[in-house]
Amino acid sequence: MFYREAGDFKKTYVEDSQTFPLKLDRYGFYLLMAVAFGVIPFFINDYWANAILIPFLVWSIAALGLNILGGYCGQISLGSGGFMAVGAYTAYKLMTSFPDLNMFVIVLLSGGVTAMVGLIFGLPSLRIKGFYLAVATLAAQFFLVWMFNKFGWFYNYSASGQITAPAREVFGFEVTGATASAAAKYLFCLVLVVGLAWLARNLTRGRIGRSWMAVRDMDIAAEIIGVNPFKTKLLAFAVSSFFIGVSGSLFFSVYLGAIEVGEAFGIQKSFLLLFMIIIGGLGTIFGSFIGAAFLVLMPVLLKNIMVNQLSFPIDIAAHMEFVLIGLFIMVTLILEPRGIAQLWRFAKAKLRLWPFPH
Amino acid sequence: MKLTKLAVIAVAATMVAGPVLAQLVFPSLSYRTGPFGANGSEVADGFADYMTLLNERDGGIGGVMTVVNECETGYSTEKGVECYEATKGSGALIYQPLSTGMAYQLIPRVTADGIPMLTTGYGRTSVANGDVFKQVFNFPVNYWNGASIAVNYMLAENDGDLSGKTIALLYHNSAYGKEPIPTLEALAEIHGFDLTLLPIDSPGQEQKSQWLQIRRERPDYALLWGWGIMNQVAIQEAANVRFPMENFMGIWWSGSENDVIPAGMAADGYKALTFHAMGTDFPMFDDLQTYVVDAGLAAGSGDNVGTVLYNRGMYGAMLAAEAVKVAQEMHGVAQIDAAMMRDGLENLVISDESMAAIGLQGFGPNFNVSCKNHGGPGLGAVAEWDATAQEWSLITGFVPSDMDVIQPLIEADSAAYAAENNIESQCS
Repeated sequence: MFYREAGDFKKTYVEDSQTFPLKLDRYGFYLLMAVAFGVIPFFINDYWANAILIPFLVWSIAALGLNILGGYCGQISLGSGGFMAVGAYTAYKLMTSFPDLNMFVIVLLSGGVTAMVGLIFGLPSLRIKGFYLAVATLAAQFFLVWMFNKFGWFYNYSASGQITAPAREVFGFEVTGATASAAAKYLFCLVLVVGLAWLARNLTRGRIGRSWMAVRDMDIAAEIIGVNPFKTKLLAFAVSSFFIGVSGSLFFSVYLGAIEVGEAFGIQKSFLLLFMIIIGGLGTIFGSFIGAAFLVLMPVLLKNIMVNQLSFPIDIAAHMEFVLIGLFIMVTLILEPRGIAQLWRFAKAKLRLWPFPH
Repeated sequence: MKLTKLAVIAVAATMVAGPVLAQLVFPSLSYRTGPFGANGSEVADGFADYMTLLNERDGGIGGVMTVVNECETGYSTEKGVECYEATKGSGALIYQPLSTGMAYQLIPRVTADGIPMLTTGYGRTSVANGDVFKQVFNFPVNYWNGASIAVNYMLAENDGDLSGKTIALLYHNSAYGKEPIPTLEALAEIHGFDLTLLPIDSPGQEQKSQWLQIRRERPDYALLWGWGIMNQVAIQEAANVRFPMENFMGIWWSGSENDVIPAGMAADGYKALTFHAMGTDFPMFDDLQTYVVDAGLAAGSGDNVGTVLYNRGMYGAMLAAEAVKVAQEMHGVAQIDAAMMRDGLENLVISDESMAAIGLQGFGPNFNVSCKNHGGPGLGAVAEWDATAQEWSLITGFVPSDMDVIQPLIEADSAAYAAENNIESQCS
């Protein structure tokens, strides 16, 4: 009733193959973009930027990346924390070596370097599959973290091994460092998120995405119909690592500003990212955003409700937060094992038929 | 008890809602949960109780009530950022994050926001150079002083000669644990001892291989730079490999009751550095008992009074409160803001008289802060654990460290920071 194709005529092939074929979806998306670019920057404050929106955007990019590898290509990876660290340390080295470089260039180059590293650690995927591959990528996680802790060159030989992001600019606006304005930081991340989500969406619905999905669904069959598993899997590793590297460099330079590798990019970050895409929905772009929102924003929301509204003691609130999030995860996955994105898809299908049940 | 506690927190929560006048707000980025929660709770309790005492006994500081705005971080830097952003708009006067990682995180932020930060005995050591770090203080002592005091103590035990000896440093493999390494390396060169570095990954429950190495190499001394669960495990492991406890020494964060009690009698003779006295044998604690504990206003479960880390949290609160007094006097207003608080910290003088006035004579070292020196004189003491009496006692006075070695290191590290961030001299 509300949500249907009827009356929405497509006159060209371009219109027919657009991302949002439904008018309602399309207008909803335009509205979202208008609010994100045109309204939020004028109202954003430091708390909303640094505690809520920037972490959400940064984790969304990482979830998109892991979803390409895990959701679309079916290769389980536990090395994401390590790949984020590669992005962060590349960004740091570039920021300190070339102070005048545009931050967009730095962030994209960090993604590029991470893609190279991802390629190397993707090689085992050609021989091993499933859980065995997960264990092999675990090696990337531990090796990379150890490496950034061990060799002083990566942190410019500072006494403590901490890296701190200096203030850097994009077209004259500071986007890193403590003096950067909330709106500038937010917009910088938003532009990257929109660009990369657009890229991910179009990669996954084209030839490349179909070959990824073919490998995911049955790699032998895919090989028989002419998909080269070597190129396909490695490409998935490279693209996924690029996204995760970009996210890692933003995590360090824009979001936290100072990190130390063991705490910021430990194994728990790899798991967090994996949970994001499983809860959000494997193999969906929308699921990456929902998953990131669920695991990044929910704790902040719960904390604010329990501490500020219900006046719980802070330690009880912190413990309750674990209980509630665990409960939400269980309930979501029992009700819908394919993630929240599936619930959304289901709701849309229902809306289309409403008020008739079939 | 529970209701009053809830009421206090409810008041604190409404404080977050908007800036309120006539209140001195002290955000407390605490951690009562997670692998470091046992230690974090004690420090947070000490901090909150001292502020409560000032409210109950004196009606606040200079007639203005204090408010402790607690925010749980779980020792995670991401939550720390969230807490900082949530509390900084509430009229926050000073941050004491009690985490080296978070201190690094907050140095650029507090500098941009103009709020002072005090990292007593932790954080980035080179903030002692006030010429570069305008908003950040780490008096009365820092990690490099601690490393030097430990080596000086060993020198005194060996008639001033450590050549040919081996010292093993067991450290938390993070910014915190790595801080003393440059100083220890410099001292190793001067005094001719060998330094063995043994990193332990956080949270530090797994240390078998490091202790196997100690068992094999038998270093003459072992230094422990750990926190939370890592300390307990290290002391237990030391007992297991029969490492002589009297040659095992921890930094001040590795010397609380939580760390030694699990090892039982085996921990007897373990040493740790400190920058304040142990126990409750000071007149201030009588007031604390009357006005806070007996009145049911103590923070947390109220049973931590007098533990090492409780005293440390209280000492931190005391330093902040004294700085408020200095600031109120300098600017002639009772309701100070963060900029005035910074002036107060920079002109703070802790002497026998001022400590006696608050009932804590001899509790900590005497020192002056100045524009160039945000680190104080670097005095520390050595404490020893008596497992029979179940108490820590100081076995030295507050002794100086080797500033000839440390000062050039501070200058070099802060100069590197200044160059990286284009900071000009703040004191001229």
